[in-house]
Amino acid sequence: MGTLSKVTRRTFLVGSVAVAGGVAFGFYAYKTPGDNPLLADLGEGEAALTPYVLISPDAITLITPRADKGQGAYSVQALLIAEELDVELDQIRVDPGPPSPVYYNTALATEAVPFRSTDTSNAANAMRGVADAAMKFIGMQITGGSTTVPDSYEKLRIAGAIARETLKKAASKETGTPIADLRTERGHVILPDGTERSYQSLAEAASGLTVVSDVELRDPAQWRLIGKPVQRVDIIAKSTGTQDYGIDLKFDDMLYAAVRRNPRNGGGMAGYDASTAETMRGVHSVIDLGDGIGVIADNTWRAFQAADAVECEWEAAPFPANMDEHWQVLSDSFTEENLNSRNLDAGDVVTALSEGDVLEAEYRAPYLAHSPLEPVNAVVKVTDARVDIWTGTQVPRFVQTNVAAITGHAPEDIHVHVLMMGGSFGHRLEDNYIHHAVRLAMTVKGRPVKLTYKREEDFSHDYLRQISMGRMRGNVSNGQVESYDLSVTMPSVTDSQMGRQGLSLGSTDPIIATGAWDQPYAIPNYRVSAYKAPPLAPLSSWRSVGASTNAFLHEGFLDELIHAAGADPLEERLRLMNDETSRRVLEAVGDMSDWGSDLGPGRGRGVAFALSFGTPVAEVVEVTDTPAGIQIDRVFVAADVGKVVDPVNFDNLVKGGVVFGLGHAMNCEITFTDGMVDQPNFYAFEGMKFYQCPEILVRGLENGSRIRGIGEPPVPPAGPALGNAIFAATGQRLCEMPFSKFVRFA
Amino acid sequence: MRLQVNGIVYDVDVEPDMPLLWVLRDELGITGPKYGCGVAYCGACSVWVDGMLVRSCSYAVSAAEGTSVTTIEGLGTPDALHAVQEAWIEEQVAQCGYCQSGQIMTAAAFLQENSSPSDDEIDEAMSANLCRCGTYPRIRAAIKSAAAKLGGA
Repeated sequence: MGTLSKVTRRTFLVGSVAVAGGVAFGFYAYKTPGDNPLLADLGEGEAALTPYVLISPDAITLITPRADKGQGAYSVQALLIAEELDVELDQIRVDPGPPSPVYYNTALATEAVPFRSTDTSNAANAMRGVADAAMKFIGMQITGGSTTVPDSYEKLRIAGAIARETLKKAASKETGTPIADLRTERGHVILPDGTERSYQSLAEAASGLTVVSDVELRDPAQWRLIGKPVQRVDIIAKSTGTQDYGIDLKFDDMLYAAVRRNPRNGGGMAGYDASTAETMRGVHSVIDLGDGIGVIADNTWRAFQAADAVECEWEAAPFPANMDEHWQVLSDSFTEENLNSRNLDAGDVVTALSEGDVLEAEYRAPYLAHSPLEPVNAVVKVTDARVDIWTGTQVPRFVQTNVAAITGHAPEDIHVHVLMMGGSFGHRLEDNYIHHAVRLAMTVKGRPVKLTYKREEDFSHDYLRQISMGRMRGNVSNGQVESYDLSVTMPSVTDSQMGRQGLSLGSTDPIIATGAWDQPYAIPNYRVSAYKAPPLAPLSSWRSVGASTNAFLHEGFLDELIHAAGADPLEERLRLMNDETSRRVLEAVGDMSDWGSDLGPGRGRGVAFALSFGTPVAEVVEVTDTPAGIQIDRVFVAADVGKVVDPVNFDNLVKGGVVFGLGHAMNCEITFTDGMVDQPNFYAFEGMKFYQCPEILVRGLENGSRIRGIGEPPVPPAGPALGNAIFAATGQRLCEMPFSKFVRFA
Repeated sequence: MRLQVNGIVYDVDVEPDMPLLWVLRDELGITGPKYGCGVAYCGACSVWVDGMLVRSCSYAVSAAEGTSVTTIEGLGTPDALHAVQEAWIEEQVAQCGYCQSGQIMTAAAFLQENSSPSDDEIDEAMSANLCRCGTYPRIRAAIKSAAAKLGGA
């Protein structure tokens, strides 16, 4: 790492507090993330050592700005700080901290460039640097893209080390002992004679010091926590009903609210009659929201009942009313003017596929809902001076800006208190529900209002996973895959999602092609063309985003080609693979599953691979074709994240990602009739049931040169691996999800 | 209306058809039971009424009058864990954790009836509870280890 990089890293971590001006000033001015936000709000005797460590007289608080939706983000962020700070996880509190540009997400921008994640060329790295600086400039404090660990891995350890060394400096000043003679353990600085000084007792002294910025990170051989099985910081609360989620918050004078908006999401309301609702018990008021109504009451259930009792006249949906029309739009979108990117065009597919036997297929993937089990909700209190918002959100900075525009307060007077989320899968990247809560709370200034979406409202107003269609052509020769031409179309997730934030990230949407063009295969003639379809139903990022559909298209048809070539699905993928880390992941599932061994009659195994968010994941699914339907027996997964920081959580996230990917591929779709979602609740959107859950065996590899995330990457290969297994067992090729449209599952 | 929840008696003034869940959560501030689907499908709201497992989102509060209601908070606490909660912690089952109150109440009721269940019996008992994070493999392991703690197989 060059000198300039070192300086940059330091300037970021210590913020403007300890940085001497003058050195590389221009660079610094552009790279500076802003002040340490904790300094603005310090109590008596508190010290904020870096934006990530807050020592109070009674507690050590680690700031974990990446939101926790269940993926264990708080725990893994705390673990990284604690490793260098020399505290144990049972000694600390975690707090997501205030929204602040200082907590911008570096890793998210790193992947938002048109280079393969496996490309480490100078051009790719230079481009990543530019995107990084831009993201910093905007100060996006976003949780997403499986970036929490990549973003935090070095940053939070350095923060812990800075805090530790500064505490030692304080102890040295107070006791006269040279710093070199001090050591730290379990939240204490220990003097040579064994005397212990707690970090808390040093807080006041440390707060007056210049932060030590010249720190070295420990040798991994010395790690106490990283890579070891540790207990998640939230596991006891989540096993005893004592974890407070946003939906659980209660204030003394709080009111409860519900909304009922046009079930044709985005359509208007021509009129409403609330005369019955207004007389119902506990109802405080019925509010016109323009595209629907809100009810404020003294109890959530009463608010739900009253909202249902309002008679509303709804306008048409701002998108095609029925599914046939949605599919027709996609079918019509493979045109030159819609061509959005063609980042991969190797060899000459046009010539190669102009004669001889050409295999063709069309694949489809449906809309999906996010539907975390906790429906969206927010508690909001509006006063003339400030707005307080308590909610689970992945985008606190967007919330701040958007709410300021609604209420007319200055953004710094919008206080977002981020709470634990009961799942998200991308749902909480949207903040529309918060806007509604704010608008309701503005009508009862001074009183907190808790808005809870009824489950049916949550389903009907989700910003969905994209609908997608693929058209593929390819050929084989001499038992090998020779040509693969994949065209994919979907409406732009980025345009839809960022458009609601008033942002435009340019006309090229990389999401349309991710998970397809960037796969590490060396096929002689190989092209991926991404076509941007016109907007249909509103979309948002759904766990693994573009790769969630593209991996199904890509790996499904690749399996067809391999079958046509008469080759082995695993061997041929290995032969084509041109990335060593990915190859070893594939080899690992081959080994784990005893690939090639005879499974017996009526059984089959399928393999799929996907590289998403930089993480290569391979999965083998084994199924049996039983009289009751397809039974999923076992799943083998190998993934490479460079370093498994938290092995228990890694295992849990991989297994959960497999269940999530399989369950949606099996049974789930969102469809529209007359502009309205056909699936009102979970009974019409059944993922995998407990009894259907196979044994899942997981292996984490550490060959990759960079640290990667694991929240999303296990999802994309699951669907195609299942489809390929069903083909192996039955000979039936499934080109459309959900598979339950064509086969029954036992 | 008089309700007994986790051994404490409360007087509440609510409509008889208000679901028990909303009385617990909004009137009494007992928030361990969760609202997930509202139609008795997902199981996040599971509590015991006189020891019987019910879906409180679809159980009229009037039916709970004169009974003894147990929620996750009454099953065990961080300082005095129930064996099922101990197993859930040891296996580190939870991801988002939102469904786990209901999963634990369901598993604990089931293990009282059947202290050494087979895999098929576990499947049958737990398949009406939804976990969107996909923690099913860990739930299965935790039930087995809880059964062992409770003196079964």
